[in-house]
Amino acid sequence: MPDIAIGAPVTVPTTVSPATTKKTTKAGKVVRQKTSKFKVPGEGSSAGISVITVAVLIGVWFAVTNLGLVKPLFLPTPQAVFQQFYEYLTGQANDKPLWQHFLASMFRVFSAFLLACVTAIPIGIAMGMSRVMRGIFDPPLEFYRPLPPLAYLPLIIIWFGIDELPKVLLIFLSCFAPLALAARAGMRSASQEQINAAYSMGASYMQVVRHVILPSAMPNILIGMRIAIGFGWTTLVAAEMVAANLGLGQMVLNASNFLRTDIVIMGIIVIGVVAYLFDLLMRWVEGRVVPWKGRM
Amino acid sequence: MPTLDIRDLEVHYAVKGGTLQALAPVNLTMHDGDFVVALGASGCGKSTLLNCIAGFLPPTSGEILLDGAPVTGPGADRGVVFQKHALMPWLNVRDNVALGLRLSGVSKERRSAIAEAKLALVGLEKYADRAVYELSGGMQQRVGIARALASDPAVLLMDEPMGALDAFTRETVQEILLRAWDAAQKMVFFITHSVEEALFLGTRLIVMSPSPGRISHVYDDVPFSRQFLAHGDARKVKSEPEFIRMREEVLAIIHQREAAHA
Repeated sequence: MPDIAIGAPVTVPTTVSPATTKKTTKAGKVVRQKTSKFKVPGEGSSAGISVITVAVLIGVWFAVTNLGLVKPLFLPTPQAVFQQFYEYLTGQANDKPLWQHFLASMFRVFSAFLLACVTAIPIGIAMGMSRVMRGIFDPPLEFYRPLPPLAYLPLIIIWFGIDELPKVLLIFLSCFAPLALAARAGMRSASQEQINAAYSMGASYMQVVRHVILPSAMPNILIGMRIAIGFGWTTLVAAEMVAANLGLGQMVLNASNFLRTDIVIMGIIVIGVVAYLFDLLMRWVEGRVVPWKGRM
Repeated sequence: MPTLDIRDLEVHYAVKGGTLQALAPVNLTMHDGDFVVALGASGCGKSTLLNCIAGFLPPTSGEILLDGAPVTGPGADRGVVFQKHALMPWLNVRDNVALGLRLSGVSKERRSAIAEAKLALVGLEKYADRAVYELSGGMQQRVGIARALASDPAVLLMDEPMGALDAFTRETVQEILLRAWDAAQKMVFFITHSVEEALFLGTRLIVMSPSPGRISHVYDDVPFSRQFLAHGDARKVKSEPEFIRMREEVLAIIHQREAAHA
């Protein structure tokens, strides 16, 4: 399977390591057994260690702030951040309640993401299937892809104004490129044998595309979706710089104007946790939709 | 009675600064129930020949006639089994076998019934609902055989289908293949590197040699697969003096050529 050449903050989990053999038990479960005492680099579970890392980070944060080593302006205490979270959650804060900010941002990110899915996936597929389409879409895509969204934000505002459209559009653009490139790469996932096999069953070209090439592209497309939604969250704050009065990004920006670092940190944590939860959801979907990934 | 007629088939590949003759004129006629095994070292044009029959590769000159009609491309009248099974992992075992029927518009009930019958032929009827990636290599290859048989082709083309299997699995799958062939009475064109496999499976054996690829020796009426089907004892067939004599003879031919080219 071809790798996707995108600088993406996503690690692709591999399910097969070379030092294992498949064993099919009577119950039909495939069990992987170690057959070597030597380890593959990075082998083994890291979940426990990650929990400790998070605990230590919070512990250090708690210690340095409560011992007065850092001024609250630079780094507020965890309690203060949690206090803000609680007040925002219950609507006691001197701002709109958290759920309104949350919903506004969710709407922007997800409408942009869905829009990207229905446009970028077909275009990526077309680029993978056709020399002409690749020729047409490759230059604009590769040109704008590495640009920071903040660089073209002024243009978007001048062209599309300051209501919802430019915000969604900015997030849409950051989702579009990785998704289109992933779909394009996925078109090369089917093996020559699989394609030949379908033709030897009497398949037409369209049937080969529909029954072999598209299903085999699914793992790449799903990884593309994970990367795209990640980029979507990354662009959220930039998008909400455009005359927003609601949204998690706007909440953070507004707080920074008043040097309210406690609200800033609270907002960052909320965005991070929401993005992480969505990534977990996408990984679960991946396991359901393409359970065969990396196993054939 | 279906026949496959290969007439003066020639294949040239374009290479840097000219052409490479992959297949010198090849002539071969197969009849229903023939199990033709092509044997030879790498580069002798076995796979090129099979790809031409399958319709994946257009010949440079010559023609292939299936029941008098020229082969112009791949089709459901020629089932192919690949070295690497080439199954679709997103479909379960039954749907893999039934895929060709689905593509040609056969109703769901009918294609399921046919798929299950073909799976029974290779002894996998209990695995119809399983995911293909959960099966062992030998089972995957048997699914491949069932799939190739599903559209009831006139010819079964097998490109080193046992190449990736271990020796024990290989023997089991060979026996399953012979029984399925006996039940279906198809023409089979089978490629292998193994002399023992060739003698055990084939009713006709063609030895091919390289540069350019051609048929150098032909053995008609190889009796061993019939003997196996009569009494069901593979070890007995493979340890018979006549089997061993032929095995050494064919090996000598191949080694001679290898030595001449080394």
